[in-house]
Amino acid sequence: MKKEFRVIADLLPRNIRVLDVGCGDGSLMSHLIKEKSIEARGLEIVEENVKKCIYKGLSVIEGNAETELHQFPTKSFDFVILSQTLQAFYNPEKVLKDLLRIGKSVIISIPNFGYWKVRTSLLFFGKMPVTKTLPNSWYNTPNLHMCTIKDFFDFCIEKKININKVVGVNEENTSEIKKSNLEIKNLFSKVGIFLLK
Amino acid sequence: MPSIAGLFFYMSEKIKKLNVSKPLVLDCKKTVKDFPLAYETYGNLNKNKDNAILIFHALTGDQFVSGTNPITKKDGWWVTAVGPGKAIDTNKYFVICANVIGGCMGSWGPKEIDKNTNEAYGLNFPVITIKDMVKSQETLLDHLGIDKLLCAAGGSMGGMQLLQFCATFPNKTFSAVPIACSTNHSAQNIALNELARQAIMADPVWDNGKYLKKNIQPKNGLAVARMVGHISYLSEKGMQEKFGRKLQEKADYEFSFDADFKVESYLRHQGFAFVERFDANSILYITRAMDYFDLSRQFKGGLVEAFKNQKTKFLIISFSSDWLYTTKENKDTVIALNSAGADVSFAEIKTDKGHDSFLVNEPEFLKTLKGFIDSMHIKFKNEKK
Repeated sequence: MKKEFRVIADLLPRNIRVLDVGCGDGSLMSHLIKEKSIEARGLEIVEENVKKCIYKGLSVIEGNAETELHQFPTKSFDFVILSQTLQAFYNPEKVLKDLLRIGKSVIISIPNFGYWKVRTSLLFFGKMPVTKTLPNSWYNTPNLHMCTIKDFFDFCIEKKININKVVGVNEENTSEIKKSNLEIKNLFSKVGIFLLK
Repeated sequence: MPSIAGLFFYMSEKIKKLNVSKPLVLDCKKTVKDFPLAYETYGNLNKNKDNAILIFHALTGDQFVSGTNPITKKDGWWVTAVGPGKAIDTNKYFVICANVIGGCMGSWGPKEIDKNTNEAYGLNFPVITIKDMVKSQETLLDHLGIDKLLCAAGGSMGGMQLLQFCATFPNKTFSAVPIACSTNHSAQNIALNELARQAIMADPVWDNGKYLKKNIQPKNGLAVARMVGHISYLSEKGMQEKFGRKLQEKADYEFSFDADFKVESYLRHQGFAFVERFDANSILYITRAMDYFDLSRQFKGGLVEAFKNQKTKFLIISFSSDWLYTTKENKDTVIALNSAGADVSFAEIKTDKGHDSFLVNEPEFLKTLKGFIDSMHIKFKNEKK
């Protein structure tokens, strides 16, 4: 179980309805059902992953979040989760708007482009960074809109999206990110997890 | 080859029948009772009654899902998916399938004898609907002592019956797999059905549906109706790959109207094999039932109303090359179920085999079906505990 998933699980109350957008093979959904008696649904684009979910008895819809979120009614879920995929959409702003419509709360995690190793890779080697959380090269990366924790923080403020909590994850360590420690956390967190309302 | 009447007599010995004694009010407002519903079962119902699966058949199907059909001596129509060790494993599950009313494999249909006239109904048979079919089949579950099914599944018209079943009898099944179907018939599908009906009615032998009195079938019309169907069950690409412009056992064109091309020969074969086992009037009645099917029209509040309060776990499956019931139409059902807050999964199987994909050996489809039903069985057992 990824640390990120444990952080997400900790943010969720028990016995609620959750939509996991880009649910992959359903690991997070399985975890949430088992640990928190959560009613979980998934949306997934990769056929192979969809089947894995079905074999596990998880509810999953094969589809593209970019174009198919309209099918979910307004406020039909207590929480909507989007784990490390926002940067891969053509229009992340539109997707985020849809997520905030569907869920009473939204949890978004982003791979942090402000992480120090990413910065040094560019600064010292002059090359696009390839790290554990950003494993692809520039020519085959699915990531179209990379951002930093600070970028996303500012974006939410600009769009008047209510940030409830931000957690920075670096391997096994987690820490709450606030406006006061944003600069330093933006440097040392690999992943940022945002709880939005 | 026995005569038609002889064939029907022979049939009665091999067919399990339930006499539906409970009055059934049809959509056309007529009330019927004491009519036969033919069915077949495979495997055994276990003590906890948590392993029953109901299958709804498509337009030209019947109750003989698996094994050898005792009437036609051919494989059951879904032998690729149902049987010992198959996706729907009859060593493990108790599988039930009934012949729809309006059909011709022993259930109440236009070729049955009308007690009032002592003749086959023909066009005196009432126009039935998908809902009528489903309501009559629900009585079978009572008869078999099943309160709640583990799963119900069906493709094409079978899927439409299943959606109707879930809407009319909510939570009668723990899970449901509607395959390659929709919540209403599109204009294109109605048009294709009309083509099939017109082919039958244009055959002079049809004689306003009274052909059974003369112990004959409008074979030419019925064969053309079947050919129309067969074209629509394949995909353009699948057909091109299977037949292309290949000639049928000849080196050159014969400059005649015989079946020069392989595809022509295939259609003729399918058409004329069909007339041996199917009643032409049944095609009229069943295609009509499909055309009338419209769940949102039935429920005044639309599809969300049709699927409200569903506890059933749905898996909708579509096929990428199906142009009869497209992925988009199947997804519309998913959207409706989602809007109603139902528990729904959806998978599109990528294949060139067209609408027929659910009937042929399509491994990805069969794996998905098996994975879903097996996982549902575990959940259902837990729920029953």
